[in-house]
Amino acid sequence: MHRRTLLHTAALAGLGFSAIGRHAWAATGKAAATAAPKRLVVVFLRGAVDGLSVVVPYADSAYYAARSSIAIPRPGREGGALDLDGRFGLHPALAPLMPFWQAGQLAFVHASGSRDVTRSHFDAQDYMETGTPGRKATPDGWLNRVLGSLPATDGAAAPTRAVSVGAVLPRIYAGPHPVANIAAGNGATKLSLLDRPAIGAAFDKLYSRDDKLSGAYQASRQAHAEVMSSLDAGAMDASMQAEMQAANNGAPLPNGFAEDASRLATLMRNDARVQLAFMALGGWDTHANQGGAKGQLSNRLAPLGQGLAALASRLGPVLDDTVVVVMSEFGRTVHENGNGGTDHGHGNVMWLLGGPVVGGKVHGHWPGLASTALYEGRDLAVSTDFRQVLAEVLQRHLAVPSTQLRDVFPDYAPESDSPLRVIRT
Amino acid sequence: MHPLKRLLRRSVNAVGLCLLAGAALAQTSTQQEALHAINRLSFGPAPGDVARVMRMGVDRYIDEQLNPERLPVPSPLAQQLDTLESTHRSQDALIAQYRQALQAVKRDKDDAKAERRQMVQALALESGEARLLRALQSPRQLEEVMVDFWFNHFNVYSGKGLDRVLVENYEREAIRPYAMGKFRDLLGATAHHPAMLFYLDNWLSVAPGYQSARRVPTVAKSSGLNENYARELMELHTLGVDGGYSQADVTELARMLTGWTINPRKGRGDSAFYFDADKHDRGTKQWLGHTVANRNQAEGDWALDVLAAAPATAHHISYQLAQYFVSDKPPAALVDRLAQRFQDSHGDIRAVLKTLFNSPEFRSPQARNAKFKTPYRYLLSSVRAAGVPVSNVRPLLATAYQLGMPLYGCQTPDGYKTTEDAWLNPDAMTRRVNFAVAFASGKLPFARPLGSPGEDGGGLKRDMKMAGGKFNPDWASAPVDYDALLATLSGAISADTLAVIQQSEPRLRASLLLGSPDFMRH
Repeated sequence: MHRRTLLHTAALAGLGFSAIGRHAWAATGKAAATAAPKRLVVVFLRGAVDGLSVVVPYADSAYYAARSSIAIPRPGREGGALDLDGRFGLHPALAPLMPFWQAGQLAFVHASGSRDVTRSHFDAQDYMETGTPGRKATPDGWLNRVLGSLPATDGAAAPTRAVSVGAVLPRIYAGPHPVANIAAGNGATKLSLLDRPAIGAAFDKLYSRDDKLSGAYQASRQAHAEVMSSLDAGAMDASMQAEMQAANNGAPLPNGFAEDASRLATLMRNDARVQLAFMALGGWDTHANQGGAKGQLSNRLAPLGQGLAALASRLGPVLDDTVVVVMSEFGRTVHENGNGGTDHGHGNVMWLLGGPVVGGKVHGHWPGLASTALYEGRDLAVSTDFRQVLAEVLQRHLAVPSTQLRDVFPDYAPESDSPLRVIRT
Repeated sequence: MHPLKRLLRRSVNAVGLCLLAGAALAQTSTQQEALHAINRLSFGPAPGDVARVMRMGVDRYIDEQLNPERLPVPSPLAQQLDTLESTHRSQDALIAQYRQALQAVKRDKDDAKAERRQMVQALALESGEARLLRALQSPRQLEEVMVDFWFNHFNVYSGKGLDRVLVENYEREAIRPYAMGKFRDLLGATAHHPAMLFYLDNWLSVAPGYQSARRVPTVAKSSGLNENYARELMELHTLGVDGGYSQADVTELARMLTGWTINPRKGRGDSAFYFDADKHDRGTKQWLGHTVANRNQAEGDWALDVLAAAPATAHHISYQLAQYFVSDKPPAALVDRLAQRFQDSHGDIRAVLKTLFNSPEFRSPQARNAKFKTPYRYLLSSVRAAGVPVSNVRPLLATAYQLGMPLYGCQTPDGYKTTEDAWLNPDAMTRRVNFAVAFASGKLPFARPLGSPGEDGGGLKRDMKMAGGKFNPDWASAPVDYDALLATLSGAISADTLAVIQQSEPRLRASLLLGSPDFMRH
C-alpha cells in the first residue's frame, strides 16, 4: 500500500475524520478566497545567549575595554563584525542572515528583555514564557493564550494550528488550547508501529476517553497524520521541490537545528493552518571559554544562523506572512569574567525576521555601556520590555485585538511605552 | 500431666496461635495500599511484588526499603555489575585516561579522535548499565529511587568535557553512598567532586588578579571569579530561588569558594579535589549577613554547614521530596512537617522519608496514581512488570533519549523535572505506546550480546534504529506473556481499560496493557 494511503486509512478508521491533510484542506477551495494566514515562529535560546556578541556595539569603546579576549573586532578587521548600521555589527558566524538584513527582512531590538531582576535561568525563562515577570503562579504560557486569541480562520480547529518541535512541550505553550509537538530529527516523518491499522485501531479505542491522556494521544495521532501528509515528497509539486533544492544549493543541511527548521518550514508552507510554531535551542550558557569571532559561542551561532536562513528560504512566499522572533531569558555580563566567559546579566537583544518586519534596523533605545549606564553596575540595561516587542507583533501582525492582548500580557500596559514600529503597517 | 492441665495448656497454645495470627493479620495490607507503596518506593511492581507486600504489610515494606543495607544484592546482579570494569575506576584514573586521550588527539587528529569517541562511548554504556541494571533488578529499590532523585537534584551533564568520563564516578562516590544519609554529607560530597567542580566551572574560579606561575597556559584562561557554581549551590542545591539571598551573596560565596579546584596529582588519595590556596581570595567577605574573614578552604566548608542547616534549605528539599513522592502540588502542611523533621534531625534524609511515608497525605487514596510517570520511570516499570531479563540496556537508553530524557543527559543544572506538566504531551504519548508495542511483542534486542559484530561503538544513532528498526531475531526477548503481566499488575488497571483490552486480539493485549493510560501513572 502506498504510504500516504495507509496513513489516511489509519486515521480515518481510528478517528472518524472526514477530511485530513493538505489536499483535503485545499479541496475546500476556501484558501484562495480568504487572505493568507499570518504566522509566528518563536525560537527560544535557552541558557542566555550573549547578545553583545550577536549584535556587537562596535562603536561603543566601553565594549572593547570590558572584553579584552572575547570582543568581536570592528568591521573590516580579521574576524570582524558584519556592519549593520554604522553603530552595530552582526557576529561573523551569522553571515547567512545578512541577505535578509539587506532585503529589509531582518531587524533587532537591542537592550531589550525582562525588567525582573532575577539572574536565575529557570525563573527568567519561566517569566518570559508565561509573559508575567515576577509572578510565579501563572499557570499558562503566553503562546497558548495567543492561540486562544487568534482571529478565526478556516484552520481554527486544526490540531496543527500551533506546533512545537521537540520531545517535550515548553512552558510557553502550557494551557488549555491544544498544541501538537513533533519530534526533532527525522522521527516525525517516519512510520511507526501505531501506523499499522490493527495496532492503531486498538490503541485508539483505549484512548477514546475525555481526559488529558486521551486528548494528548489523539492530538499526536492527528498531528502525525498531518505531518506525514504535508511532508510527503509526493505531495509537493515539482516547482516547489526545485525551489527548495535551490534554497540549500543541493547540499545536505549541516546540523539538527537547520534540519528541524527546514522541516518546520515545509510543514508551514504546505499546511496553511499552522499559525504558531516554537523551537528551542540550548547551549548558550558560556561561563568559560566563550571565544570571539571563533570558538564556542561562534560554533553555536553558526548553525543557528544557517537554520534561520534555511527556515526563511524554505518558507518562500510564506515568509511574507511570517514573523520569526528569536529571544533568550537574559543577557550576559558586559565584562568578561576570569575564564574568558561571561556570567548571567540583564538586557539582551531580540531578533525579528520575516516579510512584515521593519527590517534593516536596530530598534530600541541604546543605553550604552558606560559604567554609569549599566544595570547594577555590571549589565546592559533593559530599555525595551520584551512584551512590548511581542505585543506589537501580536497586534499588528497576528491581528490580536487589543482587548485580548490584555489577556495575553495581563500585567503589561502597551500605552505606557512609545511605539517601536517593528512591524509594517 | 493432669488431663485438665494438658487441655488448658493446649487451649492456651491455641489462643496464643490465634493472637499471633491476629497480629499478622493486622499487619497485612490491601492490594491498593501495597500497590501504592510499591509504585512510589520502587520503580514499579515486578512479578510477585504486590502479593509479597500485601502479606508483609506496607509498614514492614517501608521499613525494609528504608534500610537497604539489610537487603542482600542477589549474586547474579552483583556478578553482572562486577564485570563493568570502568565502574570500579577512581577519579584520578578516569581523569588521567581522559587527559591521555586529549593529548593523543593533539598529536594525531583523526585516529585518536575516533579512539577517544570509542572510549567515551564505552564508558557511557557501562555507566548506563550500572544504573539501569540496579534500577531494574536491585531489591534495594528505594535506594535506586533516591539515587534518581538526588542525581537530578545535584545534576551534572555527561556531555560536557571531563564529565564525559566522570558521571558514573560522581554517582558512585558523591550520590549513592549518601542517598539516605545526612544531607550535609551529600552536599559536601557533591561540592568536592570533580564532576561538579567541572560542570559548574568552579575549578576555574580564582581570586581576582591571580596570575598563574606556569608559563604555559592551561586548558582555560583562569584569572578571576566565576559565579556559576555559587549561584546554583544556593538556588538549586540548598536555599531555593526564593531562599532570601541577593546577587551580592552569589558573588561573595563565589569568592569564598575560590581555590576549590581539580588536581589529580595533588588531591588526597584517589580524590582529584584540591584546594589551591594561591587561587583563593583572601579578602574579607560579607555573605548572608555574616562577616567572613579569610580561613582558606574552611570558608567553603563552613558555607556548606550554614546552607545545609538553613530553614530555607529544609523547606526547599522537603517540597521537592513531597512533590516527587506524593503529588505535583504537594500539600503545604505536609511540606512544613517534613521541613520541621529535616531541621530536628539535622538533615537526616532517612528520618524525613520515614515521616513522609507514614504521613496521612502519602497514605491517602487521593495520592494513588496521582503522578504521571517520567520517561525513565515508564521504561523501568514496563521492564520490571514484564520480568524480562535484560542483558543489553541499549534499547532502553535509546528510548529514553527519544522521549526527551537521556540518561545523564540533562544539560541544565536543575535536572529533570518529575511533574506531569513537564512530561505529558502528544508526542510523548504515542512514543510511549510505540515502545510498549515494540517491547511487548518482543521486538527489542534486549538479548543482543554486548560486543557482538557491529555492536561496539555504534553510538546513539544506531541504538535508536535498534529501538524501532530491524534486528536479528536471536537478540529479541520473548514476547511478553499477557496473563503473567496481568497477574503482576492486577489492581493497577481499571475495569474499563481491561474491558477494552479483552475485546482486542490476544497478540496485542500485553502491548495494550503496557501502553494503557492506567500504566502511564503511578
